[in-house]
Amino acid sequence: MGLEHYLSIFTKAVFIENIVLAYFLGLCSFLAISKKIDASVGIGMAVVVVLTITAPINWFIYEFLLDKGALVWLSEDFADIDLSFLKLIVFISVIAAMVQLVEMFMERFSQSLYNNLGIFLPLIAVNCSILGGSLFMVEREYTITETMVYGFGSGVGFLLAIVALASVRYRLRYSNIPVRLRGVGMAMLLTGLLSMAFMAFSGIDL
Amino acid sequence: MELFNAESKKIINDPINVNNPISLQVLGICSALAVTIRLDQAIIMTLAVIFVLCSSNVILSVIRKYIPARVRIVIMLSVIASLVSVVDELLKAYLYDMSKQLSVFVGLIITNCIIMGRAEAFAIKNGPSKAFLDGLGNGLGYGMIIIIVSFFRELFGAGTITLPDGGAGYVLWRIPEAWYAGGYENIGLLVLSPGAFFILGLVIWGQREWFGLEEDV
Repeated sequence: MGLEHYLSIFTKAVFIENIVLAYFLGLCSFLAISKKIDASVGIGMAVVVVLTITAPINWFIYEFLLDKGALVWLSEDFADIDLSFLKLIVFISVIAAMVQLVEMFMERFSQSLYNNLGIFLPLIAVNCSILGGSLFMVEREYTITETMVYGFGSGVGFLLAIVALASVRYRLRYSNIPVRLRGVGMAMLLTGLLSMAFMAFSGIDL
Repeated sequence: MELFNAESKKIINDPINVNNPISLQVLGICSALAVTIRLDQAIIMTLAVIFVLCSSNVILSVIRKYIPARVRIVIMLSVIASLVSVVDELLKAYLYDMSKQLSVFVGLIITNCIIMGRAEAFAIKNGPSKAFLDGLGNGLGYGMIIIIVSFFRELFGAGTITLPDGGAGYVLWRIPEAWYAGGYENIGLLVLSPGAFFILGLVIWGQREWFGLEEDV
């Protein structure tokens, strides 16, 4: 498969099937953090990093330990073993562990990056978009390269969406919104409009 | 503690009305929108969430004195992940069509912030019976919102009302052909993602108007 194939997976993950605006994943942090632009950039970058790392790791674990017949590399007798019911608990543990590791790594090697992204990392362990990325990769039966491209693309999609919403909310700060609609209600309607705008990409044939 | 005294009623009622997990605590929105295309999906999802929420609240509340504060998040996650795996397997065994339709969103109950949120905020500070009621109340609050949203999305978007049954769903009511012949049209937008955001935004607005609540921005 050529470069165009990976480019198409990437474009799809960023624009056409944006993980927030089309699949509703990671909305909790999306709504809570998009009040400020710099914090949005921070959490967006953290999601890109963690998704790019965890999706391929979970791919290896699923392909060589959990899938039906995946243990054949150990012994021929294991061909019937299907551990895929363990995938939820394994994936979430890998994600929690990776988040911890990334945090320690960042603290050791890049203090400035840690100061910017550090507080967002614990939040990300329970961000649905990370687990969702791993589950979609299993469901769509991606290969390892496709998984890496997909993970990175989904992260970039999240970053793009949250920065866009934060900018719109910043602009609306002094406008006269009905009192009860302020906050989450307005953010939901804005997300709907953003989501509609992103739907315009779905006509692109890749 | 008596089961239905004023305090337990408050524990159940508050999350349904004035402290709703979706519209006021703003938790668990992720899964709430994805399963609201059809009413039957929303109902099954509500039952799954109520089961996981009540069980995880009770289990964590029973073992709360033995959980070291530093590793509590990991323990919560593993309890919740095991319960969700049980639900996932049950759905695959008895409601296969439904489990195909819900696809990854059953697994995503793990990262549903309502469950972690209630475990952290309530279950590890209170006894098992209160924790159960809190789980039930929040589960019903969640269910109420997603059932309202899915009702409107399905009725105006697809023109049907579907209830869950063993297979692909039982169609309770369908907009008659005569209406379409007379010029009525379904709003296709509601079936797509933006429709979910709009309807939920309006439901949140309506609920806050009803209870007279507002948020500091």
